[in-house]
Amino acid sequence: MSLTAADVAEIMRLVEQSNFDELTLEMDGIKLCLRRGTPAAVVGLPGEASPGASGVSAPGTGHTAAAATASSLPQPAANTVAAPADPNVYEVASPLLGTFYRAPKPGASPFVEVGSQVEEGTVVAIIEVMKLMNTVRAGVRGTVTEILVADGALAEYGETLLRVRKAG
Amino acid sequence: MALRRILIANRGEIAVRIIRTCRKLNIETVLAASTADLDSVPAKLADRTICIGPARPGDSYLKVDTIVHAALATQSDAIHPGYGFLSERAALASLCEAQGVVFIGPTAAQIEAVGDKLRARLEAQAAGVPVVPGCAVSTIDEAMTAARDIGAPLLVKAVGGGGGRGLKRVDRLEELPSIMELAAAEAGAAFGDARVYLERFIASGRHVEVQILGDGKGRVIHLGERDCSVQRRYQKLVEETPAAGLSKSLRDALHSAAVRFCERLLYRGAGTVEFLVDRERESFHFLEMNARIQVEHPVTEAVTGVDLIAEQIAIAAGAGLSLSQSDIQVRGCAIECRVNAEDPTSDFRPSPGRVHEVTWPCEEGIRVDTYIASGSRVPPFYDSLMAKIIAHAPDRAAAVTRLRQAISSTRVAGIHTNLPFHAVALADPEFQAGGFDTGFVTRLLERSPLTMERARNG
Repeated sequence: MSLTAADVAEIMRLVEQSNFDELTLEMDGIKLCLRRGTPAAVVGLPGEASPGASGVSAPGTGHTAAAATASSLPQPAANTVAAPADPNVYEVASPLLGTFYRAPKPGASPFVEVGSQVEEGTVVAIIEVMKLMNTVRAGVRGTVTEILVADGALAEYGETLLRVRKAG
Repeated sequence: MALRRILIANRGEIAVRIIRTCRKLNIETVLAASTADLDSVPAKLADRTICIGPARPGDSYLKVDTIVHAALATQSDAIHPGYGFLSERAALASLCEAQGVVFIGPTAAQIEAVGDKLRARLEAQAAGVPVVPGCAVSTIDEAMTAARDIGAPLLVKAVGGGGGRGLKRVDRLEELPSIMELAAAEAGAAFGDARVYLERFIASGRHVEVQILGDGKGRVIHLGERDCSVQRRYQKLVEETPAAGLSKSLRDALHSAAVRFCERLLYRGAGTVEFLVDRERESFHFLEMNARIQVEHPVTEAVTGVDLIAEQIAIAAGAGLSLSQSDIQVRGCAIECRVNAEDPTSDFRPSPGRVHEVTWPCEEGIRVDTYIASGSRVPPFYDSLMAKIIAHAPDRAAAVTRLRQAISSTRVAGIHTNLPFHAVALADPEFQAGGFDTGFVTRLLERSPLTMERARNG
């Protein structure tokens, strides 16, 4: 079974009347967190980073947890309908805004290619900010499956640079 | 050189304001936004939004290298810094100069000259502009000697401060050593510059500032003055132009002092010279210069019809001044209220969060500069300014009436705002009489706390 909007409303009413400030409920792949006072009640799927300030103000017609977050509030689609990410795939995000370089210097061979084996500490790329080189490490042990940013292109803060399939 | 694409290194209402003028001028906009602002109204309005870092300003909006890199990588011709953040950091202006990116503002040297409050005082004196009696001090002994000359009460000011920051009042000379030590320590931590100076505290002063535009070659015009005496803890809440009840000779003297000060610096771009006007003596003193566009610039735009952002862009592009002093005609009176996400009934505590529902006023003669629509968030990481409501009318009384109507027709649900404060302030007889000093808000809150509570509940 899944939660309906009425269920959520009922749970919120119960929390409101209780002595508790916070409730976390996990069932059937749905995670419901309710917090008193602050507009920080969050409904999301497991694995989804909780979007701090998104409130459940109008559950609408919601029959599922995803629908319950989709209130009238403007939010990037990624936050509202979270596609369940493959838990075995790790996304290496850019730690800074800057120019993405795959090799230590022009003409040198790239740090990694698709198929490369990496350790947590393996340098996979450089982000250059005004001539200052910042190394990016894999952060996980596994195999590079995708490189998403072109060499020399602008990477924004938090943009996924490459994907790594975690080792066994 | 005509600017085709401008990177906006700011957020909130000023980002929206800059985008509006860029659209009018057919200039593309790139918004440099933190993660907290990626789904904001300006992010939707800009031609492109790029994420420069996490919410904390030190990791995003205050990173000079990142901002310039973003401008270069997006092939932006220029950077508009707005106000706050990097707008008065010489480091940004000089990196832009080095990288061939147009900085929409003064030169790095000019920012340095006015950003150092002691140097600005010297520049003012050199331009024949009166300054508040005071001097630089480096030791407690020196300070005590100087303080005896200046007399109490006095202010200990941080050389790197400004806008009400880095300021301490000394009522009795015995307190000076401890206050000075504290002020120097705080200034060192806040501005990276522990130098302080002393100034006489002028008890009854009006805050009057003059808007200027300079072409960078010595030609400077003024666009009248603004009275910003409605302040709480040095934060402006209501601004108006013209300043009520100033004699013509005093008004003219203020304008020409501001122009003289900027001519001497060969000032480039839009700037504001702030003065403290002594009500009793009909005299004035230089306070500081702000080398950027100000929050309260719309009142000047309302009465002069000049688009100050467009003028900033034209000057930065090398087009010089399109206006001469005789082109500037002040028509009527304009008053602005700063709508902040804070609760006036609980000591103006910040009230960030989600605005579920908002209705801004749309009456005749009303302008609203805002980044808040229904569903917008006021993030907790930045200042609490949500919107500015500006009323323009043929005279001050009519402008007050318009603004009061506009405030009463404004609805904000979801967070607290200081609208109840504005309703009470504009209804106050002292406000309506005009010409008061910067002690107005303190007096108002003493006589009207209950009204404030009622205004919120009603």
